[in-house]
Amino acid sequence: MNQQPAPSPSALPASLAANPKLSTWLKFSSDGKVAISPGKVEIGQGIVTALAQIAADELDIDLSRVQMIRASTAVSPNEGVTSGSLSIQQSGRALRHVCAEVRRIFLEQAAERLGIDIDALDIEDGTISGPGNVRTSYWELAQEVSLDRDATLSVTPKTVARRLLAGNSIPRIDIPDKVFARPRFIHDQALVGMLHGRVLRPENTRAKLVGLREDNVRAVVGLVAVVRDGSFAGVVAETEHAAEAALNALRKGATWSDGEPLPDEDDLASFLKAQPSESTVIGEKTAASPGTAARTIRRQYTRPYIAHASIAPSCAVAQWAGDRVHVWTHSQGVYLLRTDLALVLKLPVENITIEHMEGAGCYGHNAADDVALDAVLLAKSAGGRPVRVQWSRQGEMSDAPFGAAMVIEIEADLDERGEIIDWRHSIWSNGHAARPGRAAQPALLAAFELENPFPRIVSTNPPQANGGGGDRNSIPLYDFPSWHIGSHRLTTMPIRTSALRTLGGQGNVFAIESMLDEIAVERGEDPVAFRLRHLRDERAKDVIRAAALRAGWKPEKRPGIGHGVSFGRYKNTGAYCAAVAEIEGAEDISVRKLTLAVDVGEAINPDGVINQIEGGAIQATSWVLKERVRFDRRRITSTSWSEYPILRFSEVPEVEVEVIQRPDMDPVGAGEAAHGPVTAAIANAVFDALGVRVRDLPITRDRIIAAMELT
Amino acid sequence: MPSVRFRLNGAETDIDADPDRPLLDILRGQLGMTGPHFGCGAGECGACNVIVDDRAVSACDTPLWSVTGKDVTTIEGLGTSERPHPLQRAFIAEQALQCGYCVSGILMSAAALLKRNPSPTSREVKEALDRNLCRCGSHNRIVRAVLRAAEEMAAG
Repeated sequence: MNQQPAPSPSALPASLAANPKLSTWLKFSSDGKVAISPGKVEIGQGIVTALAQIAADELDIDLSRVQMIRASTAVSPNEGVTSGSLSIQQSGRALRHVCAEVRRIFLEQAAERLGIDIDALDIEDGTISGPGNVRTSYWELAQEVSLDRDATLSVTPKTVARRLLAGNSIPRIDIPDKVFARPRFIHDQALVGMLHGRVLRPENTRAKLVGLREDNVRAVVGLVAVVRDGSFAGVVAETEHAAEAALNALRKGATWSDGEPLPDEDDLASFLKAQPSESTVIGEKTAASPGTAARTIRRQYTRPYIAHASIAPSCAVAQWAGDRVHVWTHSQGVYLLRTDLALVLKLPVENITIEHMEGAGCYGHNAADDVALDAVLLAKSAGGRPVRVQWSRQGEMSDAPFGAAMVIEIEADLDERGEIIDWRHSIWSNGHAARPGRAAQPALLAAFELENPFPRIVSTNPPQANGGGGDRNSIPLYDFPSWHIGSHRLTTMPIRTSALRTLGGQGNVFAIESMLDEIAVERGEDPVAFRLRHLRDERAKDVIRAAALRAGWKPEKRPGIGHGVSFGRYKNTGAYCAAVAEIEGAEDISVRKLTLAVDVGEAINPDGVINQIEGGAIQATSWVLKERVRFDRRRITSTSWSEYPILRFSEVPEVEVEVIQRPDMDPVGAGEAAHGPVTAAIANAVFDALGVRVRDLPITRDRIIAAMELT
Repeated sequence: MPSVRFRLNGAETDIDADPDRPLLDILRGQLGMTGPHFGCGAGECGACNVIVDDRAVSACDTPLWSVTGKDVTTIEGLGTSERPHPLQRAFIAEQALQCGYCVSGILMSAAALLKRNPSPTSREVKEALDRNLCRCGSHNRIVRAVLRAAEEMAAG
């Protein structure tokens, strides 16, 4: 056992510094199990399995002994929000240190009890044994050992070679429940006496409720309550069926104001550039000896608003007991939601308990938090009974925050040899973050609708140190001699935006990698070679080489087929990912194959990493080929799957993923690494096939025709 | 209230309810079954798919009256962890999901396919699942899992 001097508290992993007590993370239960309690939540990314692997490894116990506790403000460490591909980095590192230290503490206790030197003891599946057939176990010693002490980081976790589980593709522990349809989702939660609620929302954006006739609603059998507070209105009923009937009756009796105007969906670039904004310099680099520009290339790229479009409508359950409320939610941040609920309810946070339950796949800040406040408000009229509230598909597609639309302009100065000597990148976009629990005002939809409303939050951007927002991935990783990166964050927000997978990363990588491709092709230089020539980071070069090799770069030119390559490192600090796309078609294109290489450092669960990268690649293909939130000047119109189509089985490309294992490197998340590279690889492949650059997403038939007309 | 009689996962079932109500509403609301999931309420996503006789249908837009006298199979009737359907085994073997919300419906579409076509091609699997939406991007794993189950069933 490797003993080291205790480091300064600042060296603790962030999650551990914020929650240093060992017992917050881990408890031995009397039935031979270990309860592991992370603050991060399962959103379909397999985090719970990866964290269980880490814990079992460090403790030397079988994986089947690990019970993963769902996050709750009642018991869990506060790890903020499950986002930004940080769960492995934050929760994983914390748990690895906690478990290593707990193992050591138990070994010390066993050594004392058994009178044997600690170095002579060994642990196998929780049983501690030593010479002379002496043995005890974690569970035997659990009563004698208090874990109500702070982590010291004095024990070094196992070396890579001694880990049995981490680094292996262990089957996910949540999958059997889902395949056998055992109730696991919040939607399937059935509490004794549970009522059902529905909230009425306007069709026109931000319309105010100016009149509400309740007489028809009162006739609905099973109605428990009609709730109204300003423009917030809803019903509570004995059954879901009755709640739906009551909501329909309520809608007929509602009169709304006109609402607030929306921009022209066909001219988003002009709209975004004309809005008042806050400008920030994101990065600047000055050349030691500036070259002389022979010419300048200027290109503009756009992406539309994109919907989370989770497959399940958001859902929550709330139950009041006096002035205390218990909430079941699929929010990504139980503590952050609690903060905002406390602001709205004007209650101390101690009166609010938030418990996580799984929802459908979640790709950022969707309506999970909004529906939790809806449930809390409706449950006030339920006489202490729990109330389950579920949004409609239409609500999910129109009232949840969207990923922000973006305009990106890049100017590149080229010298007489066609080499890039200066690079300027400007972004116009709403902020990409308006999550709950971060501001002095709540960020929850119903809070803006109350009789005494809270002001609507205008989305902001996280600082570059946290990966940035609209500016995420805007600083090039290439060795251009000089650059200027600027971000213009809108200070108006007619369409509600917040965090969606990659924040601005997808848009910025699309722009940078499209522009690079264009310059390489113009120079007559192979785009893979061109990128490699401008990179210094070997890990970056390795993923590009690996993807190119695996895709047989560059395959022979065939009519109607195109190939494109692209690269990005998520947040410039996370996972490296390169993609090669093969597309087919003319005006209607299909993506046939995506070949990706990824480096996430230590891949705790390689198949989990592949699953995330495959999923990210397919979702990005869907964004690129199909997705665009539609609206007229009054309301969101893409409120169903027919109006907001996503990629279907018959349209899904073959996806190959190569994971470059680096067991000695810190593990980073994989969930957002593929989107940017896949987006640009498809766009570059479209150029390869058709000879046109489509710079406005999504790449649809209309956009391709428009781009051909421009050429 | 009129009564509608059908077989649910093999058991004779009588339901007293408005026959125009959606089957999903009855299964989840009245019978407390949580396998079929609500996704859209418009028959557009397949999360609530069940098998009626031999066809996969979305329960959210299937009126109760239309299943009178028929065999309705939900995911609860497909298999259990003790006696799993080959598809369930294959989905675990292929780790064929991320969030899994869509999977109970997809399993039912796949089960209906394998009943009428025990050895489908990859293209036929995709066609059979084309009305089922998956947002996490697990499509290719799902197709592999269905093909794996078909092989296992063919091998007996």
